[in-house]
Amino acid sequence: MKMLLKNGRVIDPANKIDDTLDIIIEDGKISEIKPRISEKGIETIDLAGLVVAPGFIDMHVHLREPGREDEETIETGTKAAAAGGFTGVACMPNTEPVNDDQAVTEYILSQAKKSAIVNVYPIGCITKAREGEELAQIGDLVESGVVAVSDDGNCVASGLIMRKALEYTKMFGIPIIDHCEDPNLSDGGVMNEGYYSTILGLKGMPFLAEDVMAIRDILLAEMVKGKLHIAHVSTKGCVNMVREAKKRGAHVTCEVTPHHFTLTDAAVMGYDTNTKMNPPLRSEGDRKAVLEGLKDGTIDCIATDHAPHNSIEKNVEFSQAPFGIIGLETAVSLALDRLVHTRIINLSRLVELMSLNPARILNIKKGILSKGEDADITILDIKKTVTVDVKKLKSKSRNTPFNGLKLKGAPVMTIVSGKIVHDSR
Amino acid sequence: MKLKSKHLLGIEDISKEEINLILDTADSMAEISQRDIKKVPTLRGKTVINFFLEPSTRTRSSFEIAEKRLTADSLNFASATSSILKGETLIDTTLNLEAMAPDFIVIRHSEPGSPHMLAKICNSSIINAGDGPHEHPTQALLDAYTIRQKKGKIKGLRVAIIGDITHSRVVRSNIFLLKKMGADVVIAGPSTLMPVEIEKTGVEVRYSTDDAAEGADVIMMLRIQMERQRKGYFPSTREYFSLFGLTEERVRRAKPDVIIMHPGPMNRGVEIASEVADGPYSVILEQVANGVAVRMAVLYLLAGGGKDENAA
Repeated sequence: MKMLLKNGRVIDPANKIDDTLDIIIEDGKISEIKPRISEKGIETIDLAGLVVAPGFIDMHVHLREPGREDEETIETGTKAAAAGGFTGVACMPNTEPVNDDQAVTEYILSQAKKSAIVNVYPIGCITKAREGEELAQIGDLVESGVVAVSDDGNCVASGLIMRKALEYTKMFGIPIIDHCEDPNLSDGGVMNEGYYSTILGLKGMPFLAEDVMAIRDILLAEMVKGKLHIAHVSTKGCVNMVREAKKRGAHVTCEVTPHHFTLTDAAVMGYDTNTKMNPPLRSEGDRKAVLEGLKDGTIDCIATDHAPHNSIEKNVEFSQAPFGIIGLETAVSLALDRLVHTRIINLSRLVELMSLNPARILNIKKGILSKGEDADITILDIKKTVTVDVKKLKSKSRNTPFNGLKLKGAPVMTIVSGKIVHDSR
Repeated sequence: MKLKSKHLLGIEDISKEEINLILDTADSMAEISQRDIKKVPTLRGKTVINFFLEPSTRTRSSFEIAEKRLTADSLNFASATSSILKGETLIDTTLNLEAMAPDFIVIRHSEPGSPHMLAKICNSSIINAGDGPHEHPTQALLDAYTIRQKKGKIKGLRVAIIGDITHSRVVRSNIFLLKKMGADVVIAGPSTLMPVEIEKTGVEVRYSTDDAAEGADVIMMLRIQMERQRKGYFPSTREYFSLFGLTEERVRRAKPDVIIMHPGPMNRGVEIASEVADGPYSVILEQVANGVAVRMAVLYLLAGGGKDENAA
């Protein structure tokens, strides 16, 4: 099967390309990429005016299968991913049962084979049952196909266990993705500690709960020369510490979510439980620091922390609602609207943040548009205006604070291994 | 003038004019409580559900008496008897109550924002009778009513609020109200019980009752919950009283005509000395009495009462 993509603006930071090029896809791979290809008799798609990028990878999603199929399944989650412009997703291990055992990894991969329409990369646990006490069987997990380990949702509170985990994973070359939060300091908080938590009477989580764990992790990673990736950074302190660590040459990377670069804790006014996430929406100063980190290269990627919850769970008192929002179908438009159109970053940097860098961090052979590579491609219409409409989402859950928001720029086509899995041009 | 919203969720959401309207209306309601027959037919045929999911003596009794004086039919619900104990969600329980077509639901709940959540789904008027550490609007209104009654004004007064600021709904509603009405507000308490960035509300922050009491027209003491000590907010109630307790000596730092207030329940010998609580400056029991008039005013105005200036 052969397909020709014509006249698109190809942006491929790995090859330092930003040019109008044509691409031929053959048997799921890129077989040619150069200006003005004309080949008759094959399916030809004119992409004039659109941006063609290596497939976007969301390295932080919760697909909820196995265990909470009422909230999301691998099928619905990957449909949402495709609609959102992602050709691959890495799924966190806090399923039920948790992915601390190769049987669970194998189950996820077999379900993905049956029902996923984008690539699924399982992430295993750092510790058994995500309890932070004993290392999970990381070797087995890697053999079964996990691309990283994380106890996401929980922080590994013990410095000793974290040290062992960073040392142990070095043997497999996979990163540890840590949710940096000192549970003693966050002390049951439900939003960012600051002016808004004070006037809303909600228990706050101080920024320091994130900062102290981030610096502990960074220092441990530097000491043992481990590979650390900090999930969803949200504070000015954390961004600064990652920047400094990188200058020192540490193997530290990090991600930020679209909600943290878009919203602040002021959004919690009104007690909408769709503004409750962990880490919480922070102050304007933190948001600006995150933007600076996106601009100067401190932050390596944008990941959604797509966390589907059904409405029964979210439709309760603020303190009792679970943390998290969905993000797969709004991320790219938020990034285009809030980062590219505001000139905080350019399109090439966006592709780095959403495709090349997550692929490199997870050590997967994606994020590049060279000849012979998998034809995983995301196509963007940066001028298209979209309005977020929860009723039209592919995800099983509806928990987003962005309903009704008008955004400029959208993913319009997603191609996975040469197959069009989404087309909304 | 009428109230703009059919709900009373907090002081933050209402204007200075609306606050004055409630206080002026409370003046005429107070007169009803002085009569031999303390009852008017104003809310005849209206139903009020008092939905209290947290213990309360004075607020619940005060609402109930206010409702009865206005001839409303009232129904009391407490957490111990509600289906919430059986695992029903707050929204489902409230929707069931709503199905019985009440006109008002007065809610007290430990969760901040719960009245706001219900206001989005209910047809009846929601009155916040205290939502966790967020707001307690009728308490602030009765406090303002008492201050106005005693001082003749609120604007320009120096009001000191002392105690556990972090966990107090009374303090938040009072800050919003007193600042709107032009008072100077100083708050004081242990630094461990002072919420971050509270100064952004326009209040002065002190860490000593002596400093806060200095030159005050009004001193409002807040209750200290004993469990705070166990949670490490301060080392002992003895030390708390010595640093923050309101004693006669400390009262002397205030203006000579200072009034002493407390929303209750009081811990004598912890935040306030008995001599002060029962002393000549104390208006604590008058606050309780005024609570009925203010709640009658709130119910009346939310039911659509008040002068309609646009009426022909």
